[in-house]
Amino acid sequence: MIDIENVSKWYGDFQVLKDCTSQVTQKEVVVVCGPSGSGKSTLIKCVNGLEPVQQGRIVVDGADITAKGTDLTALRARIGMVFQHFELYPHMTVRENLCLAQEKVLKRSRDEAVSRAELFLDRVGLSEHIDKHPGQLSGGQQQRVAIARSLVMDPIVMLFDEPTSALDPEMINEVLDVMVELAKEGMTMMVVTHEMGFAKKVADRVIFMDEGAIVEDRSTEDFFGNPESDRAKDFLSKILNH
Amino acid sequence: MTDFDFGVIWTSLPFLWEGLQLSLWLTFLAVIGGIVLGTLLTLARLSGILPLALIAAGYVNLIRSVPLILVIFWFYFLVPLVLGRPVGSFYSALIAFVLFEAAYYSEIMRAGIQSVAKGQKFAGQSTGLGYWQIQRHIILPQAFRNMIPILVTQGIILFQDTSLVFVVSLRDFMTTSSIVARTEGRLVEMYVFAALVYFVICFTGSVLVKRMRDRMAT
Ligand SMILES: Nc1ncnc2c1ncn2[C@@H]1O[C@H](COP(=O)(O)OP(=O)(O)OP(=O)(O)O)[C@@H](O)[C@H]1O
Ligand SMILES: [Mg+2]
Repeated sequence: MIDIENVSKWYGDFQVLKDCTSQVTQKEVVVVCGPSGSGKSTLIKCVNGLEPVQQGRIVVDGADITAKGTDLTALRARIGMVFQHFELYPHMTVRENLCLAQEKVLKRSRDEAVSRAELFLDRVGLSEHIDKHPGQLSGGQQQRVAIARSLVMDPIVMLFDEPTSALDPEMINEVLDVMVELAKEGMTMMVVTHEMGFAKKVADRVIFMDEGAIVEDRSTEDFFGNPESDRAKDFLSKILNH
Repeated sequence: MTDFDFGVIWTSLPFLWEGLQLSLWLTFLAVIGGIVLGTLLTLARLSGILPLALIAAGYVNLIRSVPLILVIFWFYFLVPLVLGRPVGSFYSALIAFVLFEAAYYSEIMRAGIQSVAKGQKFAGQSTGLGYWQIQRHIILPQAFRNMIPILVTQGIILFQDTSLVFVVSLRDFMTTSSIVARTEGRLVEMYVFAALVYFVICFTGSVLVKRMRDRMAT
């Protein structure tokens, strides 16, 4: 489903990604973790072409994101993305947030878009908030709306970039619950997160990054059971003791 | 020194009102035109299409380095040359104001657009929206909301600047006041009155701006 082949990326002289290679197959849930600044966000942004790469290839569902002439907008419409800071549109209601791309990109009628918005809002448990603005919702609610905004587009894969790290502790679970639910339904997911509980519960694989390189890429059991690299051991001991 | 006679103001009111109308009308049209053209200039500058961006940036920098009064002169003489017929000083002044203000509005707007978080663009892109759709539905509405107070402030400055149109013999409020002052020989009264009118209009405007700022801060 997602094929990352020898990807390198630079910001000026600084190499953010170093020869990264990995795959995510259909219905797989892959967690990406690693210390701050290791390039996790950059990697996941490259997967839907929000950031260009200078070397290597990324293929999503058979389409080469990194090739010149690829219709990025059409491809992105099928790749859902959830951000650390939600990025709901503050000047629109929840309903408009959920309908905009359905109408403009998928050319759905207003009625169709609204009924899908209602369906997915219901799934994340926020039906009664459809007429509110994002500013009137709590962080956890905003993030659930953001997830619904991606789901209404019928994505073939969902990308998450630290979806819970901007949330107050008591709101983290309401968002993770939605994500666990999605994983169980067979959604293909690539999730940058430090929530190791979530990783253990639903991830098929864990990718560990350090200084722009993929240091470990193994099954969840192996990763937590016997991490190979010292960096991963170090990282795990710090994060699990919290 | 003669006694003050504010009666001349009363008798000249219709004439002065015509001048004020011209000032307000010119301000209004120039603000609208300036915002429209300024938005286009800004979009050109941020479009990432290099020739377009360079031309727009060159234009903005050129206009911002010459005095307004010069631009008004240029267009008074240039526009009839280009069109091959006179257009009247009102339209040439209006064109000058729109072209001049657009450069300033463009600067304000660029700051406004850059004030919208980069993540908003990413969010739009990640749902498959194109560049123009993102600008139209996501970035510009937020940028405008952030910018309204500065846009109104710029409008107030523009209103004061309309007094420059006397150089192309347009009868704005300042000009009509001067005419009354000289013909009636009532300089002090007329200029006090003119100052008062400018003050009331501009002060009302800035109170409005302050209100908006306070409302947005909460
Ligand atoms: N636009 C940019 N220009 C220059 N350097 C950047 C840019 N974006 C990120 N970087 C740098 O690239 C490196 C990787 O950033 P990235 O955001 O991918 O890290 P991360 O693993 O997501 O970290 P975090 O856990 O803090 O989110 C960092 O050193 C960062 O400073
Ligand atoms: Mg990050």
